Amino acid sequence: MTLGGIDLIALTATLMVSSTPVLLAALGELVVEKSGVLNLGVEGMMIMGAIGGFAAAVMTGSPAVGFAAGALAGMGMALLFGVITQILLANQVATGLALTLFGLGLSALFGKGFEGIRPPQTARIDFGGLADLPVLGPILFSHDWVVYFSLFAVGAVGLFLSRSRAGLILRAVGENHDAAHALGYRVVAVRLAALAFGGAMAGLGGAYLSLVRVPQWTEGMTAGAGWIALAIVVFAGWRAGGVLLGAYLFGGVTALQLRLQAAEYAIPVQLLSMAPYLITIIVLVAISALHARGRQAAPAALGRSFHASR
Amino acid sequence: MKRRTFLSTTAALGALSLGLPGLAQAQEPLKVGFIYVGPVGDMGWSYQHEQGRQAIEAEFGDRVQTTYMESVPEGPDAERALTQLALAGNSLIFATSFGYMDAVMNVAAKFPNVKFEHATGYKRAENVATYDARFYEGRAIQGTIAGRMTKTNKIGYIGSFPIPEVVQGINAAFIHARKVNPAVEMKVVWAYTWFDPAKEADAAAALIAEGCDVVMQHTDSTAPQAKAQEAGNVITFGQASDMSAFAPMPRVGSTIDDWAPYYIERVGKMLDGTWTSDATWGGIGSGMVGIGEITSAVPAEVKAEALAMADAIGKGEYHPFTGPLNKQDGTPWLAAGETPDDGQLAGLDFYVEGITAELPK
Repeated sequence: MTLGGIDLIALTATLMVSSTPVLLAALGELVVEKSGVLNLGVEGMMIMGAIGGFAAAVMTGSPAVGFAAGALAGMGMALLFGVITQILLANQVATGLALTLFGLGLSALFGKGFEGIRPPQTARIDFGGLADLPVLGPILFSHDWVVYFSLFAVGAVGLFLSRSRAGLILRAVGENHDAAHALGYRVVAVRLAALAFGGAMAGLGGAYLSLVRVPQWTEGMTAGAGWIALAIVVFAGWRAGGVLLGAYLFGGVTALQLRLQAAEYAIPVQLLSMAPYLITIIVLVAISALHARGRQAAPAALGRSFHASR
Repeated sequence: MKRRTFLSTTAALGALSLGLPGLAQAQEPLKVGFIYVGPVGDMGWSYQHEQGRQAIEAEFGDRVQTTYMESVPEGPDAERALTQLALAGNSLIFATSFGYMDAVMNVAAKFPNVKFEHATGYKRAENVATYDARFYEGRAIQGTIAGRMTKTNKIGYIGSFPIPEVVQGINAAFIHARKVNPAVEMKVVWAYTWFDPAKEADAAAALIAEGCDVVMQHTDSTAPQAKAQEAGNVITFGQASDMSAFAPMPRVGSTIDDWAPYYIERVGKMLDGTWTSDATWGGIGSGMVGIGEITSAVPAEVKAEALAMADAIGKGEYHPFTGPLNKQDGTPWLAAGETPDDGQLAGLDFYVEGITAELPK
């Protein structure tokens, strides 16, 4: 299916790959923020995941080990943040910014010697004849497992938050930690668990960036993807479905605008390069406005430190 | 200013109260600062400047003390970084990206005793010099190889920002590709960033999807090389740095910026007090632009042709912009045999005839 010289099917398949790092990181951050913690260190966790995953994959020759290592690296960063903000009660905004700077620096240090190396290829899942289906084949049945995992995670996180008892506790902690504490829930433990999950997802996203999307290791290669993930969580109104839409819109419009340029459309380039940001924000804000009906979307305890004595 | 006065006064008082003689002053090393637009590990543009900085350290040893700040965004933050370097006592500061231009001019006005060197810019002052390399000479050679080797007759070019330095490169590559292959088309994608591996990879993928089997880049990371390698049958050229990790395919040649000799010369001039505000524009001839190894993926006769051109450019016998050349709209630019002066090139803001894309203003 081609529209105006742009192959829409190939474009859709591409956007799913290029959106996956941001989608994974944003889903992780969604759970973290729902538990009432604002971790601005997504960028730092992503880039640690990128180098951790890349190094492990190159050394073992196995992309799966790489992704696991990337998730662990991100989780380690998140737990560092957790100890500093949840146990030592440091300011979350400052700690998150520091985590980003720390991650960028540390990853550059670990990454020395990994430049210009090609990582082992992550295999696509073989769906047999399904991949040859018209339209659906290339879009749905031609990806590697991380893309499917990210889509599964959207559903799982959405259901977990809205339909499960554990999700209810997590949201209670995020809305009013004093009340949750009074009910006997362990606020700090819940938040540390959420942070660990968020870090693992950011790390996985980072590993996907260095192992599949680019694929190589370069210092500072996340180049702001973590901040995009943070913004998408907010504009998506803290909903898993919104995060998916936001990530795919952003990735899709980015891929589309580059294609439009290459196909020499007579649209001002400045407008095209603004488009991913503009369109994503407008669509998500419009949907949030329709959805919210005056309801406060942000978790009420977001960014506030909890101490049991109060 | 007040804070600086306060600091120097307290320092002086401290020295006095301790009874220290000001002997240390005489041996104080020359402090040289750098700001880079990307990380030093980008393996491209900033990496090459960092090589230059290390060359200064190696050359002058204890007589200099260098510092650098990496990933400094172009815009207001550059002004902060430059001010910080100036306040830290650096007396020579290299600002290594086009977008630092206005920040350099503003900070230079506030620190008349600090010397600034701005790469690829065109604004100068008493204490601001500019330096640039004729990257377009390397692009002419790349264009020749690309025109000979393309099978789809489509050459892709990833632009960073529509500034003269980049426009020169696009024009030079296109002119020389067309010269050897009249069927060649040029597709340009603007990334609007110097460094964003994911976006650079996307841009390369978009060009490859459009049928380009040559991808040139004017951005700083090696991501487009990785994307081309994945595609298999696409050739690329190392940008700013040799990027030899991607040789022999997809990287078949490169443009290498060698800043080290220039940096050593300028620091030397600071040390012996002969520094003046100059505009330096080096090329293949002066060694500031190198073309790297042309790999075995290039047919021998094409390689010979490319090397002969590099030789002619280096000796000054051939200028990549030699008329007759028309502007994109068909109006004449250079008459037969005419070459543009440097001022004209430094402000180049149009495509030559034959490029179909529109240049963003």
